[in-house]
Amino acid sequence: MNKNLKEQVLRSSGVNVLKCMRCGKCSATCPSYDEMEYHPHQFVYMVEKGDIETLMKSESIYKCLTCFACVERCPRGVEPAKVVEAVRLAAVRQQGGNHLKPTDIPAMLDDDLPQQAIVTAFRKYAK
Amino acid sequence: MQRIGVFVCHCGTNIAATVDVKAVAEALGHEPGVVISQDYQYMCSESGQELVKSAIKEQKLTGVVICSCSPRMHENTFRKAAASAGLNPYLVEIANIREQCSWIHKDIATATEKAIILGKAAVAKVALNTPLTSMESPVVKRALVIGGGIAGIQTALDIAEAGFDVDIVEKQPTIGGKMAQIDKTFPTLDCAACILTPKMVEASQNEHITIHSFSEVAEVKGFVGNFTVKIKKKARYVDETKCTGCGLCTEKCPMRKVPNEFNMGLDNRSAVYIPFAQAVPKVATIDPNYCMMLKNGKCGVCSKVCSVGAIDYKQEDRFIEQQYGAIVVATGFNPISLDKYDEFAYSQCPDVVTSLELERLMNAAGPNGGTLLRPSDKTHPHTIVFVQCVGSRCDDEKGKPYCSKICCMYTAKHAMLIREKYPDTEVYVFYIDVRTPGKNFDEFYRRAVEQYNVHYIKGMVGKVTPKSDGKIDVQASDLLANEQLHINADMVVLAAAIEPDKTARPLATMLTTQMDTNDFFTEAHPKLRPVESATAGIFLSGACQGPKDIPETVAQGSAAAAKAIGLLCKNSITCNPCVAHSDELMCNGCSSCEKVCPYGAITYIDKEFRMPDRTTKIRRVASVNPAVCQGCGACTVACPSGAMDLSGFSNSQIMAEVDAICK
Amino acid sequence: MEKFTYYPGCTLRTKAKDLDTYARASAEALGIMLEEPADWQCCGGAYTTAKDEIATKLSAVRVLSSAKEAGQPLITVCSACHNVIKQTEYDISRDEEMAAKVNNYLGLPEAYTGGTKVYHYLEMLRDVVGFDKLREKVVNPFTGRKIAAYYGCLLLRPAKALAMDDPENPTIIEDFISAIGGTPVIYSQRNECCGGYITMEDKAQAQKRSGAVMASAKDMGAEMVITACPLCLYNLRKNSGSDMPVYYFTELLAEALGLKEESNE
Repeated sequence: MNKNLKEQVLRSSGVNVLKCMRCGKCSATCPSYDEMEYHPHQFVYMVEKGDIETLMKSESIYKCLTCFACVERCPRGVEPAKVVEAVRLAAVRQQGGNHLKPTDIPAMLDDDLPQQAIVTAFRKYAK
Repeated sequence: MQRIGVFVCHCGTNIAATVDVKAVAEALGHEPGVVISQDYQYMCSESGQELVKSAIKEQKLTGVVICSCSPRMHENTFRKAAASAGLNPYLVEIANIREQCSWIHKDIATATEKAIILGKAAVAKVALNTPLTSMESPVVKRALVIGGGIAGIQTALDIAEAGFDVDIVEKQPTIGGKMAQIDKTFPTLDCAACILTPKMVEASQNEHITIHSFSEVAEVKGFVGNFTVKIKKKARYVDETKCTGCGLCTEKCPMRKVPNEFNMGLDNRSAVYIPFAQAVPKVATIDPNYCMMLKNGKCGVCSKVCSVGAIDYKQEDRFIEQQYGAIVVATGFNPISLDKYDEFAYSQCPDVVTSLELERLMNAAGPNGGTLLRPSDKTHPHTIVFVQCVGSRCDDEKGKPYCSKICCMYTAKHAMLIREKYPDTEVYVFYIDVRTPGKNFDEFYRRAVEQYNVHYIKGMVGKVTPKSDGKIDVQASDLLANEQLHINADMVVLAAAIEPDKTARPLATMLTTQMDTNDFFTEAHPKLRPVESATAGIFLSGACQGPKDIPETVAQGSAAAAKAIGLLCKNSITCNPCVAHSDELMCNGCSSCEKVCPYGAITYIDKEFRMPDRTTKIRRVASVNPAVCQGCGACTVACPSGAMDLSGFSNSQIMAEVDAICK
Repeated sequence: MEKFTYYPGCTLRTKAKDLDTYARASAEALGIMLEEPADWQCCGGAYTTAKDEIATKLSAVRVLSSAKEAGQPLITVCSACHNVIKQTEYDISRDEEMAAKVNNYLGLPEAYTGGTKVYHYLEMLRDVVGFDKLREKVVNPFTGRKIAAYYGCLLLRPAKALAMDDPENPTIIEDFISAIGGTPVIYSQRNECCGGYITMEDKAQAQKRSGAVMASAKDMGAEMVITACPLCLYNLRKNSGSDMPVYYFTELLAEALGLKEESNE
């Protein structure tokens, strides 16, 4: 358990993971569930345990759509999406941690792709 | 000349471990007027009290200060001891050096210093105490029960059994409440109607019980032993004394499209209706929102078919006034509205229902005659998903923070009954925790799993998608398998949280009783006085005090009855003498005190005063009814002229305490 | 004529010109004046919820501040811009530390700590113009057309910050559809995500999500879908595998008001 990392994630997300009552509604409502190795409820629980590095290394942090369904529907107001975001930020803020590079973009473009998709992806995946 | 005795209690180590009790006794011995100052291991014990009593006699004490636990704990003990030694009990003061000192401090030096200061304040106060005498107030031998569900019925029956008259006020046209809507009861699976309706009949036939159905409490005045209650008897447009309950009017009424609230709106009733076959009183009621005669003067069919002439379109609300010695609140609960939970598609899909709706769908007197059919197409459902904790245990604006307590058990019951009757139906229950504390409860739940093969899945439903083919996609998590599931269901049943009835809040204001933030009535003590409210003479029965199942509700109903009977047995009650009084010469008639009094104890009277020049003058002055005053002191603070004072806590006594502390 | 500070956002200048053109033309016809501030910047497309992120919130604060300076409510059309700006407004008016850091950096003439009323174009139609008034101005009603509203995630959530409608049972776009004469189709995936920006790196996921949305709408009898978000439109058109048409709500609005031809000129 990395205490500093846990502190960082808690502070950055502003989430009190201890409010979770382990109902799993976040994972029940998550549209990216099947794409994730660790699911929203596991993010909350693993952050509580301080197991942050495992999450930072997992592709799961890039699968969250930030659709806020888990935030809206959590009966305890835990806001799992904010936890995912804090862990992802901890990863992409590391040196060489960018998940997306400008050089990757041309291959992804098509004629209709809105600019919004590119700026959003950068905001999510890179620092 | 004051002769004050000080007695410092060790309370074993509770006080003595943190407070140097010997030093406290020594220091207080030097206070003015103190003639004896002692410490003892347990002052509340027989021998400790003896110490106090003999000191009163031998030292001819005029006041006693006990430095001990909270006055809530033992004030009465020491007052009694003083009285038996011939000292007026109101000449005893308690300095709380346990809850307000030893328990909350760690450092012995500071705790001792604070205990001495608290003792000094009590000595300063007791020097100004005056002997007080309690008054007696008569008790009206009649009880009012507000709410005619199983809680209210049980309470009324028990009070009547003891020989006292009791009135039930029920806002619906019939008594019976929620239990009347329930099909079977856990954990025995006996039919709810079969055990409830005999009690309803018993209530209606008992000579001591009067049922005011379709009625509401409009106003409450008075105090313990002597409440005056105004009851509004709502116009039902049917003469209760004439109606025989034959039901002919309900059959002939041409307006048949009224949502039937007894069946949770799953079918319709007529505008003139009897809620259900076993209704008590079995009297028809006309719904003015739908009756064409009342709305536009065209129809009158019910009046024509009624052979006893009971229909009265001109009937109006009327008010009756009655005196009661005790009031029992039994206003019950309702499931919460699921408007804010449409991730479960409750408002989009008729086959997503609440558990109470399912009760009606499964009931022989329900919309389908007891055959479980989907509301949408009246087909037999083959896959049913139950969702637990919908709106319970929430920490958000939509839901309730508490566990609704009954859902785990009724869901196990529903699941079991469905599997028993329709073995071809698969039943899934999504749960967060299964909570089954209660006699034979967990065994019941295990039977659902082991014997009836109900699929209990640890997890929650996240999204319900109704489809055009009538199927319902239920997206959920299975936390133990670490999977997201999609169940192709025919019906979804939501265990909606329960909340107190909406009438409870205004009623609490009328009764000057307290509620918690969830609008449940607050009991006088959560453990030791669970059926009394903090307001004397007001008792609590059933789910109005907190979520409860039927066995608990009945037990609490009987307990509330016992408390009410205990009060009604007395011919008179002793009133607290620490009540407010006004100095009429100083009172300027401003009404400030009357406005702040939460008990309505203050009225203004016009009184004749002799003026210095021997003329007389009529002035408006405050007058306190000592039987109603609860001694809260709000008036003494509000009074701008200092005319209002509280016996036992006079302004001069409070100031003396403050001075002693600040010295 | 009521004046609003209008924030178009980056995509409305490029790939989503339709959304912008029809919004402007319709607003004018409805008596609403949209004033675009001189120097707005891209909102970033997604709100960074992290409390220790400041730079990503600046452009939204700038436009909120300039609306406040102009003494006008702010109006947005793109769902993403609306979400970012509305969440920024919510947080900056509650989180003192964030407000302090942002203002410390920006050094605005007057510190911005919230106060600008932010409307989505749909809210303007509902709350300022009124759907009843709108109905009166419709010249080409969509009578008999079964139209599915697609909210996606950005317009509704988080509800406490967005505060536009019930996040689980919204009615604003359905009421809009009724106002322009169409028949709204209710389907449960209307407030589920289309896949959003994941389309950049995980096409399969975007296809799955947008496919589910379109299938749900079609299943409930829709013949077209409308949205306020360029990225939703892209995913639903390009990745869903469905041939059901998807339009911006402003295009239908302009058409209903009889402005479609002239705004295309």
